[in-house]
Amino acid sequence: MPQIKCNDLSLGYGSREILSGLSFEVGAGDYLCIVGENGSGKTTLMKTLLGLQKPLSGTIEFSDGVTAKEIGYLPQQTDVQRDFPASVREIVLSGCLGRMGMRPFYNSDDKALAEKNMERMNITKLQKRCYRELSGGQQQRVLLARALCATRKILLLDEPVAGLDPKVTAEMYELIAGLNREDGVTVIMISHDIDKALRYASHILHIGGECFFGTRDEYRRVRKEKEAENDG
Amino acid sequence: MADIFNTLAFYLQKPFVVNAVIVGVLIALCSSLLGVTLVLKRYSFIGDGLSHVAFGAMAVAAVVGFTDDMPLVLAVTVISAVLLLRMGKNAKIKGDAAIAMISVGSLAVGYLLMNLFSTSSNISGDVCSTLFGSTSILTLSPFDVWMCVILSIVVVLFFVLFYNRIFSVTFDESFAQATGQRANVYNLLIAIVIAVIIVVSMQLVGSLLISALVIFPALSAMRVFKSFRSVTICSAIVSVVCALTGLLTSILAGTPVGSTIVAADIVVFIIFSIIGKITGGKE
Repeated sequence: MPQIKCNDLSLGYGSREILSGLSFEVGAGDYLCIVGENGSGKTTLMKTLLGLQKPLSGTIEFSDGVTAKEIGYLPQQTDVQRDFPASVREIVLSGCLGRMGMRPFYNSDDKALAEKNMERMNITKLQKRCYRELSGGQQQRVLLARALCATRKILLLDEPVAGLDPKVTAEMYELIAGLNREDGVTVIMISHDIDKALRYASHILHIGGECFFGTRDEYRRVRKEKEAENDG
Repeated sequence: MADIFNTLAFYLQKPFVVNAVIVGVLIALCSSLLGVTLVLKRYSFIGDGLSHVAFGAMAVAAVVGFTDDMPLVLAVTVISAVLLLRMGKNAKIKGDAAIAMISVGSLAVGYLLMNLFSTSSNISGDVCSTLFGSTSILTLSPFDVWMCVILSIVVVLFFVLFYNRIFSVTFDESFAQATGQRANVYNLLIAIVIAVIIVVSMQLVGSLLISALVIFPALSAMRVFKSFRSVTICSAIVSVVCALTGLLTSILAGTPVGSTIVAADIVVFIIFSIIGKITGGKE
């Protein structure tokens, strides 16, 4: 049973349409990679899935006990965050806010959840440190721990390895794959890197130009056929 | 030295000085709380623009002949804050240009109205005291004091109750919104509270210097402290200490209140920057 089902989506801003006729579905435990050229609408698609902007037409259905609010989101870093005075603990805890309703302060459950996710991301030792002084990889772990506080089911990651060096990139991919494999978290990731996407993902959504949606193996086959055509 | 204390003790027996100290401390506390959010959300300009709007509204109130101009000024400033925030999103004139337009516009219109209709013989003195707040803190009416106390309580309560949400919306608005928090509502509330703070602070430092009161303590605290909570607490303390020092100095030395307080803020900023350089290591 799919957690998210998109039917004939058109995306864009105002009267400008970036993408149209997009249909795909994401099931529990899937690892979906969204690949495509810069400017093909990857980030727009992500914002639409998160409910930050409305699709021009088409529908997004959530089912299997998932609502739009239960998606953990790992955004690209913003300028504000680079000089923000905040401790790791403060940031991870803020992931709990979505489920607090009208309650103004964190309770012991929230704190326990934050502790657990900091441990999961191996950043417990950093919890008193200032976010802006951490390395890029450590910062991503902090934001991932925060996203995990907001969800147990679905993670949306927007270019999670942008700007990281190769070793840290590999660690990051393993960490995300571990969450998908061991904790059964559904992963939706935007990525530049098609090779890495093919290695970890179970499904691929290619947008821009010719759209493709299917399993990794289907994508490989289609790619091979295309290459063969080009060679021939 | 003993002389200074005697003079101070003498002044502190006067009710108008006591009022000024109470109001000064409260204003300093409120204005520092949202400083970090303002600086990091790039809202500093909105604060500046709103203070000019408040000046224009004050001129109108004076011309119309209101005895207590605060309610009108408050209403106009809050409405402008809401409009500025709405405009920032989807306007043909972009955020900073809109702010610049509104802010110089109301400054000019305010001055014009004061010149055209003022009954006072000392127009430039009036304007100067509205812009730089020279003596208004020492001539507070009981109504002003009560208004200030009530508004301060509202601001502090708002800040404490929404502390975690303010943090989240400041740090990462998209994440907050994506996880079901109504970021737009919080932005609106923050803008309204800023408007309230500005109107209240006008009495202490005048409309031109308000931004300094809001921004300096936060920037100073950010040099030294590393977590949101410690920065917030530190900037509140810095702000109150500077306001008290500035206020008492100006009473003793006869300097203008607003600029003395801001000067104290600048000194603290320099000291904190040096401390930050020495202890911070990085940068």
